[in-house]
Amino acid sequence: MAGKPKRRLFKRKQKQLNRSMAGNTLLFTIMIICGIFMALPLVMIVNNALKPLDEIYQFPPKIFVRNPTLENFTDLFTLMNDTWVPFSRYFLNTVIITGGGMVGHVIVASLAAYPLAKHKFPGKSILFSMVVLSMMFSWTVTQIPQYTIISWLGINNTYAALILPAWSFGMGLYLMKQFMEQLPDSLMESARLDGASEWHIFWKIVMPNVKPAWLTLAIFQFQQMWGNTGSLFLRDEELKPLQFALQQITAGGVARAGAAAAVTFIIAAVPITFFLICQSNVLETMTTSGMKD
Amino acid sequence: MKAKAKKNAVDLSTMTEAEQIAAKQRKLSYQIKRNKASYLMLAPYFILFFFFTVLPVLMSVCLSFTHFNMLEMPTFVGWKNYIKLFLEDDIFMISLKNTLIFAVVTGPVSYLLCLLFAWIINEFKGKLRAVLTLIFYAPSICGNAYMVWNLILTGDRYGYLNGLLLKLDILNEPKLWMQTEKYILPVLIVVQLWLSLGTGFLSFIAGLQTVDKSLYEAAALDGVKNRWQELWHVTLPAMKPQLMFGAVMQITQSFAVADISINLAGNPSVNYAGATVVTHLLDYGSTRFDMGYASAIATVLFMLMVGTNKLVQKVLGRVGE
Repeated sequence: MAGKPKRRLFKRKQKQLNRSMAGNTLLFTIMIICGIFMALPLVMIVNNALKPLDEIYQFPPKIFVRNPTLENFTDLFTLMNDTWVPFSRYFLNTVIITGGGMVGHVIVASLAAYPLAKHKFPGKSILFSMVVLSMMFSWTVTQIPQYTIISWLGINNTYAALILPAWSFGMGLYLMKQFMEQLPDSLMESARLDGASEWHIFWKIVMPNVKPAWLTLAIFQFQQMWGNTGSLFLRDEELKPLQFALQQITAGGVARAGAAAAVTFIIAAVPITFFLICQSNVLETMTTSGMKD
Repeated sequence: MKAKAKKNAVDLSTMTEAEQIAAKQRKLSYQIKRNKASYLMLAPYFILFFFFTVLPVLMSVCLSFTHFNMLEMPTFVGWKNYIKLFLEDDIFMISLKNTLIFAVVTGPVSYLLCLLFAWIINEFKGKLRAVLTLIFYAPSICGNAYMVWNLILTGDRYGYLNGLLLKLDILNEPKLWMQTEKYILPVLIVVQLWLSLGTGFLSFIAGLQTVDKSLYEAAALDGVKNRWQELWHVTLPAMKPQLMFGAVMQITQSFAVADISINLAGNPSVNYAGATVVTHLLDYGSTRFDMGYASAIATVLFMLMVGTNKLVQKVLGRVGE
């Protein structure tokens, strides 16, 4: 009885638990100072994209644009019309490669992470340490053997040459396994008693409970796939992604400095947009995850 | 009589041994059958993993014992690549030294920065927090954001840094930041630290959100007084899986630094002041097409990372104790 009002008091003041005003101010100041340092190059990307050519080569260099113009973007769109294959084709390729590589990886890696985190079976620790160790081997030298294997499997010069290896990246499995490990066993045990299959438990109980993890993984994988030019495995121009076409444009030298600034902006803006969509959902789960455990 | 008994005993013991093995096999096959669901779930990932990662890594390790120029078939040369690497290759020694400096400085600092900023951001609420996350993660999200540093560090009067320092009369003439030996490594370390809020940082942010909120209430009742105590006694122990993950990612990043060095200082850089193990590897792998030697470098780097990982995991095991 005596404890009751005390608990209620805590509930109401939950957000202020163990927080001091001085601490908040200190942290806020740190964040502002560091934030300026972190954001500065981003500010440059945006401003450069809006600068007319004469301002790009101005001395002393100004960070902020004075006469903003969309000239760079119109230049870029003109250049886009001159490409070997229609620009929409590059766009479609990117949607297939980035989308396929990301969605497939999140599913396949999560599916494998669940038994590694929550089941007991022979061979478990060997499989897991293989994945962790694999991340420490430089991909530069494995690329050549990988190329041999991809040719041998007959998937060279297809989307699969980029998508299938991406499904087996080590980082995603490791990340998902670490988050699933934190789930209390009781969560799965009660579902098992109700007769749910392991597949059902994985899809309906485990995955919703580790939503912040797979949304974060989606961000990583999107970035990875978006940055891939595919130049090693894709020969046909019709299969190449947007990233490849955009980088060809920037390779055009001084005359294209304006279009190049627009390209830099687009290459950064797309993953940032995706990041914001995912991250706002991560934040949302936080406010509703009171039912964990 | 005695000898016979002894022989019997031996028979008996070998029989039981055979039986034991048989029993073990039966048990194993029973377990495999019982764990059918587990193995089916693992199958898609690990089949692909075997083809696209395990096989290539094993092939690379084999290649490190060969001479292979990517045109002719590899020829076996034994330990020759490794002997050359450690006894004759002076540049490898420079790059190894640079990589170790890099890893020792940026590794722990980056890791702590990731944790610190993830934790501070977690203190903020709502939209402000989403914006802060974006700002701090932004350098990592646009693949080659470090190219912006080229603008900052350009050696002529047009570089942002030179421009600023000239305007403030700190310098009389522009400095060639990336062509001067003594500036290269420190500048690269600064850029790397700026880039450090990446994979680990985001996974910490996600990890902080999965910490059970009731733990904080319980801790407050147990006498945890401020946010710093809360961090050490509640948050960090609850986040151990993410801390482990972040550490492995940090190791793979700190030891594999190459892109920023090549793009900002060039490869080879002035007097190899910006050379790292991976730039050296790239030099042999993609410029000189000596894949055998490049594979040997990769294998040595791998061993270095595995050793560091063992050490770091041991240290992290003590968090919150």
